Amino acid sequence: MNAGMDSAPAISGLMSSDEQVLRPRRGLVAIDFGELWRFRELFWLLAWRNVLIRYKQAYLGVGWAVLQPLLTMAVFTVVFGKLAGMSSGGAPFAVFNFAALLPWMFFANALSESSNSLVASQNLITKVYFPRLLIPTSAVLSGALDFLISIGLLLLLMAWYGVAFTANLLLMPVFFGLTFLAALAAGLWFSALNVRYRDVKYIVPFIVRLGIYVSPVGFLSAKGYEFLGPAYGLNPLVGLIDGFRWSILGAGFEPYWPGFWLGQAVVAVLLVSGAYYFRTMEKTFADVI
Amino acid sequence: MGRPIISVRGLGKRYQLGATPGHDTLRDHLAHALAALQRRWRRRNGEGAAPEPAGPREIWALREVSFDVMPGEVVGVIGRNGAGKSTLLKILSRITDPTEGEVRLRGRTASLLEVGTGFHPELTGRENIFLNGAILGMTQAEIRARFDEIVAFADIGPFLDTPVKRYSSGMYTRLAFAVAAHLQPEILVVDEVLAVGDAAFQKKCLNKMQDIGRTGRTILFVSHNLSAITRLCQRAIWLHQGRVMRDGPAAEVASAYLNSGIGTGAERTWPDGAAPGNTVVRLVRVRVRREDGTTCEAVDIREPVGIETEYEVLTPDKVLVPNYHFYNEEGVCVFISHDVDPAWRHRPKPCGRYRSTAWVPGNFLAEGRLTVNVAISTYRPFEVHVHERDAVAFTVVDNLSGETARGDYAGKLPGVVRPLLRWQTEVLES
Ligand SMILES: Nc1ncnc2c1ncn2[C@@H]1O[C@H](COP(=O)(O)OP(=O)(O)OP(=O)(O)O)[C@@H](O)[C@H]1O
Ligand SMILES: [Mg+2]
Repeated sequence: MNAGMDSAPAISGLMSSDEQVLRPRRGLVAIDFGELWRFRELFWLLAWRNVLIRYKQAYLGVGWAVLQPLLTMAVFTVVFGKLAGMSSGGAPFAVFNFAALLPWMFFANALSESSNSLVASQNLITKVYFPRLLIPTSAVLSGALDFLISIGLLLLLMAWYGVAFTANLLLMPVFFGLTFLAALAAGLWFSALNVRYRDVKYIVPFIVRLGIYVSPVGFLSAKGYEFLGPAYGLNPLVGLIDGFRWSILGAGFEPYWPGFWLGQAVVAVLLVSGAYYFRTMEKTFADVI
Repeated sequence: MGRPIISVRGLGKRYQLGATPGHDTLRDHLAHALAALQRRWRRRNGEGAAPEPAGPREIWALREVSFDVMPGEVVGVIGRNGAGKSTLLKILSRITDPTEGEVRLRGRTASLLEVGTGFHPELTGRENIFLNGAILGMTQAEIRARFDEIVAFADIGPFLDTPVKRYSSGMYTRLAFAVAAHLQPEILVVDEVLAVGDAAFQKKCLNKMQDIGRTGRTILFVSHNLSAITRLCQRAIWLHQGRVMRDGPAAEVASAYLNSGIGTGAERTWPDGAAPGNTVVRLVRVRVRREDGTTCEAVDIREPVGIETEYEVLTPDKVLVPNYHFYNEEGVCVFISHDVDPAWRHRPKPCGRYRSTAWVPGNFLAEGRLTVNVAISTYRPFEVHVHERDAVAFTVVDNLSGETARGDYAGKLPGVVRPLLRWQTEVLES
């Protein structure tokens, strides 16, 4: 190599200095964690961009992040709590419902954003290389700010309804992490499928619209287990919503653990298979998008 | 010197044309998978199998391409539309996988296939510099270190904190190129980025590229602008239908390419013997020009563009009507125009040299590359004296100035033409 040709520090985003061999990739492709780590700055920037654009484009900006969960909660409290008379296990219905909306809304937004993310980044994918996994993953992450705002609202609600703060609250980050993985698992599958199949963009809104009623957002998960048995736990959101309620409302709301682990197993399978599917399809993204 | 910094061996890339029939929705895909299972089942049971559906059409965009590039070489890649130039660069920059063969890269590579990749119209100039820099592969620390230089090169000073959707097209391209020009990779791969911006800006970019070349970096550079290629590169590779036609000193390859008649640029001149035509009339020169008289490869969508033909009339007493046929990248004939200049209407042209220019108004053509066929005909009786296909070509550029038909929409805009219409809104009730 020419001496003194390039005095710049190693550029993380670019390929490493040693020899790179590009040839056709065949068969299943695994995740290259080392490469993802080299591109970590771009990951944060993409998430930051998504957040910035969302707040710049929405008329109400941050206001939307406050209003959306509150209005949803109000409707659920009236329809499920008052009209249908659903049991909230003794907790104030508003808090009971809001505790479920936290993971549900994060999941639903993350899924919608990430499943659309590759198609929306068409101009990037056809013009520049970086690990494509950053795109759906940063789309999932960009919902985290909305989530934090909702946490603020939750604390206000708890104070207003006089719900005691317990040590269980410390478990919430764990359940959030699991919700993140669930959204990522679905996002990997749907974003990659969306590149190839035109009808996927209709499937995701359908899942989101139905999911809020199928998951125990307006009622106790016990009702669902009563109806379907432990199979109700196959929907990972069931266990996650239970987890959030447990961490917010305390001991009386402990999840039904077999159902919870069933849901986590579903996520694990979807996540691993989704990562392989994504990586294997990745090489065709630029050609067919 | 020693080892090549880029080695390409037997590289090939196959594309499928159009969606696989019946496989572009998940529903159809599942249905077809079921049908295939059923076929297999029937075959096993010795029943007559239903025929398999026809496969998609395929083309090889690249085939058996091999070459080496030494450190510090600046190599131009030329070839007509669809020759595979962009495909080659996309493989080198890892955007797409090759179908066969391999590439070895022995240095950090950055690619610039478009200026302003990842620019978002809602973000400010400052925000876009950081985002775009990171997308192109710079670290935040590097961008911060070169930030002032970038801003100075782009010359956007007071607009740094304005969303780029409010930029003029010139400012937008200047900023976009400025970020890219401050990349410091060992291998730089550049596609057609000079096809945007005005003449002054193009010159500035060329100079910058020349500077980069002088610092010992290896550059692979695609352009339709042959004079830029011969100026910037020592060596050129000519691709034709996915294969290497010729590889050698830039000036030699460029002139071979021009003489082959395969290339289409903004200007064509023909030596006496080889000019298209017959005993009545012969072409001398065709070029794409701006109003200020300069030849141009790229035109701003808002500006008129002239197609100028010089020809020699050899037989008097014929009414000669030059006419131009404009084709877009999809091969669609956008329109045909005949010379109806009243001064020469139904009037035979005496022997001599003539120059006829037709002006396509600004805000009329859609963005993209247009190829012009030049013909000269007589209509009573009908005779075609000259019909030169792909005589010249140019690129129409539409940027986010907000003053064109695209308004503030930044995405891909379909349509064969893009006229700027007069819009009017009346308040009926309020
Ligand atoms: N994603 C794709 N799917 C199918 N065909 C493609 C795809 N990309 C390119 N092609 C085809 O591959 C061939 C080579 O295209 P390429 O873009 O490399 O040409 P080029 O030399 O860059 O042309 P231009 O001068 O117009 O930029 C063309 O026939 C093109 O239609
Ligand atoms: Mg090209």
